[in-house]
Amino acid sequence: MNTAQTDTTAPADGAKGPVCRASDGALSIRNAGKIYDPEGVHVEALKDCSLEIEAGEFVAIVGPSGCGKSTLLNALAGFDGITSGEILLDGEPLATPELDPRPGPDRVVVFQHGALFPWKTVLENVTYGPVVQGIMSQEQANKRAQEMLSRVGLNDIETSYPGQLSSGMQRRVEIIRALINNPRVLLLDEPFRAMDTVTKSASHQYLLELYSATGKTIFFITHDLEEAIFLADKVLVMTTRPGYIKKTLQVKLPRPRQYSMLASEEFLAMKAQLVEAVHEEAVKAFEAGEREMA
Amino acid sequence: MANAAAISGPTFGVRVRKFVVSKQFTRGALAVLGFFVLWQAGSMGLFPFMHAIPTPVTVAGSFWEFMSTGKYWQSWMDSTLRVMYGFVAAQILGIPLGLGMGWNRNFKDFSYPLFELMRPIPPLAWVPVSILFWPTNESSIAFITFIGAFFTIVVNVLGGVSAIPRQLVDAAVSFGASPRQVFWRIVLPATIPSIVTGMMVGIGITWNVVIAAEMIAGNTGLGRLTWEAYLAGHTPGIIVGMISIGVAGYVSSMAVKMIGDWLMPWKKVF
Repeated sequence: MNTAQTDTTAPADGAKGPVCRASDGALSIRNAGKIYDPEGVHVEALKDCSLEIEAGEFVAIVGPSGCGKSTLLNALAGFDGITSGEILLDGEPLATPELDPRPGPDRVVVFQHGALFPWKTVLENVTYGPVVQGIMSQEQANKRAQEMLSRVGLNDIETSYPGQLSSGMQRRVEIIRALINNPRVLLLDEPFRAMDTVTKSASHQYLLELYSATGKTIFFITHDLEEAIFLADKVLVMTTRPGYIKKTLQVKLPRPRQYSMLASEEFLAMKAQLVEAVHEEAVKAFEAGEREMA
Repeated sequence: MANAAAISGPTFGVRVRKFVVSKQFTRGALAVLGFFVLWQAGSMGLFPFMHAIPTPVTVAGSFWEFMSTGKYWQSWMDSTLRVMYGFVAAQILGIPLGLGMGWNRNFKDFSYPLFELMRPIPPLAWVPVSILFWPTNESSIAFITFIGAFFTIVVNVLGGVSAIPRQLVDAAVSFGASPRQVFWRIVLPATIPSIVTGMMVGIGITWNVVIAAEMIAGNTGLGRLTWEAYLAGHTPGIIVGMISIGVAGYVSSMAVKMIGDWLMPWKKVF
């Protein structure tokens, strides 16, 4: 099955248990701006940043280091607020200058360096969310977690500690730990950055399978342009600070995505477009950095 | 029955036998043995500067004599109890203080300067005041021992709390954990490795301190025993005292390491 795009009320098949309506997870970012330390250093990280993400859409954001990617993600996750504009989730305000930032299990982040709790086993990590929210008993959560883990072939590591797993497995566990909360949006902050090529492509495969099984909205930050095109429905290029969306690339590649697509002309043409757009921004960012140093 | 044995793993006896023939044990035993052989040779004239040191064989004879006296075992008992009191009190007061300073900015602003002012004062510099302040000798020695471990544990715990990766707390909050749950379920377990390190360092310091305090202010204990042997000009006795202190410290460290391994099943102490 493919991504749920419209107002079908039927749960995405393939996803067991409680599933949010397929129309959940639409993000609307309108003229979002963020100024850090307005009275002092005054760093403008986001300026008039606008974008629309449909429910169930897989969106990748690329851009030079130090652009507002992480600022935007922190605002979506509720770790930090914005200073102008608004962000809506399914039509309801998620972040405005007046709202206090508030994280929640409907928008879980998978972090670059991983945030599994080292002192908890895989099963305890995965069940943490539903148990701490009190929506499942430990037994119910265990059962649900075991189902989800075995679906991605991780059922034999339940009693392992994260430190005993490879980075690829850790990240898969972390994605499952996020998905068990049935979030409306999954926020991925360069989750595969530090991985070798083989682990990375295997991780892509797992993520795409989970995506097609759950139909969740995915907001994916990366530096890797090929990764962005290969995974996403839409790739957004962000400008250097102050960040806004400079270019939107619709990826027309059919799903399920195949590795042979990486060599197709269509793919290479898209990559060329992105390289150009990102390179311009990278040069600007570099020069701005030089000026700051001088 | 055979099955049950297979599930519960090797028996204690089997594990001990395995350890005794293991590389780890043989290496350690070789080093200890080598040390005694060198010492024996040195005292017998191989190293002239060691002429005043009795040989291990002489010391072993003294050891036997000491061990047959009640006073020797009483000294063990007294020193061990003082270490326990001081060490346990340091954990009970030091761990919460370190956690509090690491977790609450306001509390740290209040307490840290005072703490940092007291920390450089060596435990032995507390001897005169604590003799004046505490009603009994026993309590003043335990107090000095406490001082030895207290500052170390607080600094370790404070460092541990400060080093908790931000995203662990962020993740927990995202999943819906309340501030109280974040503290008990995230901050505390994330700090356990630092607590254990503080305990490992602290137990060593408490033995150092208790011996010194006994030499200055005590009437009993392994430190006093060693000091009395010196005053009596009984050199083998001094060495018996020193070896006893070494053994006591070693056993205590191993016990703390076992507690550490039990506290953090996801990680070995070392």
